[in-house]
Amino acid sequence: MFRIRFTRRLPAVAVVAGLALAVAACGGGSTDSPGAAPRATAEQLNPNADLSKQSINVTVWDGYTPKELPEKVKQKLKVADMKIAVHATNEEAMTKLTAGGDSGIDVAFVSGQYAQALNEQGLLEPIHPELIPNLSNLYPEATQLSYDKGNRYSVPYTWGTTGICYRTDLVKSPPTSWNDILKPPSWADKKVTMMTTERWLALPALKALGYSVNTDKDDEIAKVKDLLLQAKPHLLGYDDTTFGDKLKSGEAVMVVAWDGWCPTTDPKKNIKFVVPKEGSDLWVDTMVIMKSSKNKEAAHALINYILDPEIHSWAASNINYKVPNKAAMDKVEVPEGSLLGIKPAELLNGESIIDLGQGSVKYTRLSSEVTAQ
Amino acid sequence: MKAEVAARPASPPRGRHRLGAFVFLAPGLTYLIVLLLVPLALVLSYVFFQRGRFGGVVYEFTTENFTRLADPLYLGVVGGSLKIAALTTLIALAFGYPTAYLIAQLPRKWKTIALIAIVLPFWTNFIIRMYAWIILLNGPGLINSGFEAVGLGPFELLYNQGAIITGLVYSYLPLMVLPLYAAIERLDPQLREASANLGASGFTTFRKVTLPLTVPGVLTGCLFVFVPSFANFVIPEMLGGGKTLMVGNLIRNEFLKARDWPFGSALALALVAVLVLLLVAQAWAARRA
Repeated sequence: MFRIRFTRRLPAVAVVAGLALAVAACGGGSTDSPGAAPRATAEQLNPNADLSKQSINVTVWDGYTPKELPEKVKQKLKVADMKIAVHATNEEAMTKLTAGGDSGIDVAFVSGQYAQALNEQGLLEPIHPELIPNLSNLYPEATQLSYDKGNRYSVPYTWGTTGICYRTDLVKSPPTSWNDILKPPSWADKKVTMMTTERWLALPALKALGYSVNTDKDDEIAKVKDLLLQAKPHLLGYDDTTFGDKLKSGEAVMVVAWDGWCPTTDPKKNIKFVVPKEGSDLWVDTMVIMKSSKNKEAAHALINYILDPEIHSWAASNINYKVPNKAAMDKVEVPEGSLLGIKPAELLNGESIIDLGQGSVKYTRLSSEVTAQ
Repeated sequence: MKAEVAARPASPPRGRHRLGAFVFLAPGLTYLIVLLLVPLALVLSYVFFQRGRFGGVVYEFTTENFTRLADPLYLGVVGGSLKIAALTTLIALAFGYPTAYLIAQLPRKWKTIALIAIVLPFWTNFIIRMYAWIILLNGPGLINSGFEAVGLGPFELLYNQGAIITGLVYSYLPLMVLPLYAAIERLDPQLREASANLGASGFTTFRKVTLPLTVPGVLTGCLFVFVPSFANFVIPEMLGGGKTLMVGNLIRNEFLKARDWPFGSALALALVAVLVLLLVAQAWAARRA
């Protein structure tokens, strides 16, 4: 292995014409200078800016905000326009936002560790709290999230944790530990699923061994790998999209699940969720404002509007995600069995997944090694 | 204006022919250049650089992406995929040949109906058909219920390599049957009659006349099944329960989950290289046959 530093466009000279064209077209796609970029000083924003001259482009997971949000925002905030683009995964959003130059996106919804990484790249506008009075609706705990204490560059939209979702009628005893998944008792053999997404694939083993979810120590990851490989023959499969269905059909009796995805409100009332005693993670999906945005006042106004209890409670009432907004949660009727009742303090026991930079390569390799064997 | 027209030499027929050819070729060529050569060139160029933290590439030269390909982990994945694709191809051939042979013997009207039946599954969305297989194969599923009714099972039919191969054979069987049918249908029936007249048994005729003459069809069908099976990533995930990693999954993961475009590109190129080798081998074998 050897590395030679080139200037960015030099290689284009050396290759064939089509290639040159291709590289040049994507020249902007490089992400220079990884690592912590200095935080640029906050731009002065005008609280009385004329929003009707601004329009907002948002990228968000499909179905994560109310359908009528753009219409309402246009009416309420009098912005010129609001457009929503969707992304399927954080990774897809990152590709969009880091593709170089102005992505055209003003507000992006990404998970906490990705907000942290974007900020380290100097791509985020610091949050101007004076433009978002509704920040006061947040739970005090929601300002103490380890990837961004004090909400300096991100505002939490939803939060939750990961645990075991199980069929009360099909387990002999309710699970209490990650080891119930990793070394399932005989009645659950080949009837448990684990997640496939790298960090969450490792989570049960990391916690069972008493490690941090953010470890990048090689010896710890090696032990995690051994444990995951031991668990593999006893799994039904790896699944992070349809585990709820597998549980409902009885194919699986215990699955690793994000709380909002565990169908505890199923009419049969035979599904429950537990956070194992070894602890778990705390995940947060956040809203961030891009530094490249030319509509920063409107972007702040949008976030302020979303933090309005009327709007923010939509996520809890309609898509079953807990929102870190006290005023909004107070409005929500919590149906029986619903996990919306998990208290913020309990959530904060979970360890936030933070971005590991180059350390993330180790988790990629881990998941390839585990699934390939 | 007039002078210009007069000055223009009468285009020779050959030139006009060339122009016509160009006009007709242009859409196809543009398509190939824009959608095949440029992306391929891009992928080729990524291979020599390093991954950006959020995907994309950092333009620092490295050969690391190639050396990583030799890692036993990835070689194992390629080997496993080759095995699954080869098994799929063999099973598809075993099912496809008799099917194609029988269709070729049918009266004309029934031939059309049979061929429509072969391609009929393509009219339904692929993912929906895979979900149907899940419902058929899973623990409380239809097939297991059937076994249970006669006091057997339940068997473990889903989320293993057997399920992956079942799904692949099911999906790509039509691609085996159609070229085989074309090859068998083209056979001059008189050849077989001659063989019979000369005293060969039905099996000998098949072995010495029909089979050798349809080898090009067999090779085409095998290639058509092998290539998409080798690179598939949806079926291992849905029917394999994510427990088997195939090359397609690995490439998808490197691009979308790990955001390592350069290494994903290296894997993709390795896949292309394997497939080009197969095409060359097929062309060579077909010419000899």
